Amino acid sequence: MKFEYTISNLDFSTAGEASSNIKKVLKLLGIDSKIIRRASIAIYEAEINIAIHSYGGKIILYVQENSIKIIALDKGPGINNIDLAMKEGFSTATHEIREMGFGAGMGLPNIKKCSDEFSITSESGKYTRLEIAINI
Amino acid sequence: MNEIYFHSVTLRNDLCTGCTICMQNCPTLAIRVIDGKARIISEKCIDCGMCLKVCPYNAKTAITDSLIELQQFKYNIALPSLSFYAQFSQKYSKNAINLALQSLGFNEIIDVSYYAEVLSAYLKDLSLNDSIEKPIISTYCPAVTRLIQIRNPELIKNISRLESPMEVAAMHVRKKVIEEKNMSGNDIGIFLLSPCPAKITSIKNPIGIEKSSLNGALSIKEIFPKVLKKLFAQKNEKTEIQQSNLGDLWGRVGGQRDVSKIQKSIVVDGIDEVAKILDMIELGKLSNIDFIEAYSCVGGCVGGPLNVENPFIAKYRIDNRCNNSSPISNDEIRSNFKYENLCWNREILPSKIMELDTDIAIALKKMEEINAIFKILPGIDCGACGSPSCYALAEDIVQNRAKISDCIFKKLEGEESEN
Ligand SMILES: Nc1ncnc2c1ncn2[C@@H]1O[C@H](COP(=O)(O)OP(=O)(O)OP(=O)(O)O)[C@@H](O)[C@H]1O
Ligand code: SF4
Ligand SMILES: [Mg+2]
Repeated sequence: MKFEYTISNLDFSTAGEASSNIKKVLKLLGIDSKIIRRASIAIYEAEINIAIHSYGGKIILYVQENSIKIIALDKGPGINNIDLAMKEGFSTATHEIREMGFGAGMGLPNIKKCSDEFSITSESGKYTRLEIAINI
Repeated sequence: MNEIYFHSVTLRNDLCTGCTICMQNCPTLAIRVIDGKARIISEKCIDCGMCLKVCPYNAKTAITDSLIELQQFKYNIALPSLSFYAQFSQKYSKNAINLALQSLGFNEIIDVSYYAEVLSAYLKDLSLNDSIEKPIISTYCPAVTRLIQIRNPELIKNISRLESPMEVAAMHVRKKVIEEKNMSGNDIGIFLLSPCPAKITSIKNPIGIEKSSLNGALSIKEIFPKVLKKLFAQKNEKTEIQQSNLGDLWGRVGGQRDVSKIQKSIVVDGIDEVAKILDMIELGKLSNIDFIEAYSCVGGCVGGPLNVENPFIAKYRIDNRCNNSSPISNDEIRSNFKYENLCWNREILPSKIMELDTDIAIALKKMEEINAIFKILPGIDCGACGSPSCYALAEDIVQNRAKISDCIFKKLEGEESEN
């Protein structure tokens, strides 16, 4: 089953909505609460990254009997150095964003920790695409 | 009555007009309107009392005991909850109010604030214990604990598991009376004067322990006018001013933090805001916090639906009464109370009630059906069908609790196509 959520750029009033909606869906499906927690952390972090660091994008969720697949795709500007972006503590967040409690540089590493499969691709100026899977 | 799902919150059919206001406000979507009357889905109810607060027709009530119940026992003890004294004007001392309660048939009145202060010390210990998962979440509001069971089961391990001051007080005083008065436990009746249905449900249907030490509960709303009448009748009997214990602060939001002095605390009131904070904990965003003090009611227990006084005035009175309170000594606390006797010994179980099916494959199929039905519904969440939203109706249809023609728009469409 497929679910799709649009994430706008810098819209903090709706940031976190995709993650809390997906959480409700997974709960209805009776998925183990530990797995729901991992999925919601990953989706929340991906969603906030799209809102903060990109020009907007979407989150697509596929739920199957034995796995959850999440794709976070945005319209750029992309990540120049993925290895660096994946480092704990690395962040390009502005002062204002940090004031709002984001920008610890922990989002991507946490997403990786929460997933069984993880891949991130990006083209500078074009897009960032995150694809993760969590086994049920 | 089904004891497993006993709830204090209940409905008076004669007063219910089927207006849907309670249904729209229920935080766990536990209410449906069927045949023009509101119905509570028992397993989803957390006894927060929101429906009691919003019902314009007073059709929602709390099942409580009444003073007649005292006749069953030889020795009756009142446990005024921590928002109780704040319902009265400050010209009445605690002692005067206690005398009034005695003339209503109670042999003894217990000051629960003492036990709240004892528990504050042990709460502080937990906050300093590095081997315990943080943040710890207070158990004091049972509606919050039940919300965690059905909505955020991953946080069950964060629940402090400390017993409530009322329960500790009841346990302690029961033992004392049995020993000192040489009485049988069955002769002693212990009654809570409760600000809310959540605490009443916890007596009949406790969390974390097998059986409550309390025998029942009276609603503050019901007992207040009776106490007031007795107070009017008191001929200025010289009553000593009884000092308040700091534990009285637990009657309002922030009290647990203020007495335990746990610095890294988040204090949150109002069930919707509590739900948001619980989600933040699940996301790992509050791992720097040691303690969460959360209340279903705005203002804490002074905001409970069975109180009579405005919560903000009551809060002011609590703060005032505690102004000159001096703390109970640590030695006294530690020598009289042991941690093992202050905490829950039973597992807190997650509730699976929100799930469509225990089998994921079937649940997935059901969800596909729900989504297909949802697509053809108007999507305006009008509530006229008796379900709290179009999505909830779709879910109810798939779960055989409703039918598509319950939607007035679908019904009209159907009638038009017949003509
Ligand atoms: N969708 C994206 N588009 C462009 N750059 C991104 C995107 N996601 C992450 N980045 C870059 O990778 C860096 C690290 O991301 P990460 O989520 O780990 O930390 P953060 O968002 O800066 O802080 P935190 O997630 O802890 O609030 C970001 O600062 C940003 O430069
Ligand atoms: S906040 Fe207090 S009064 Fe309100 S439901 Fe919880 S325990 Fe009862
Ligand atoms: Mg991030």
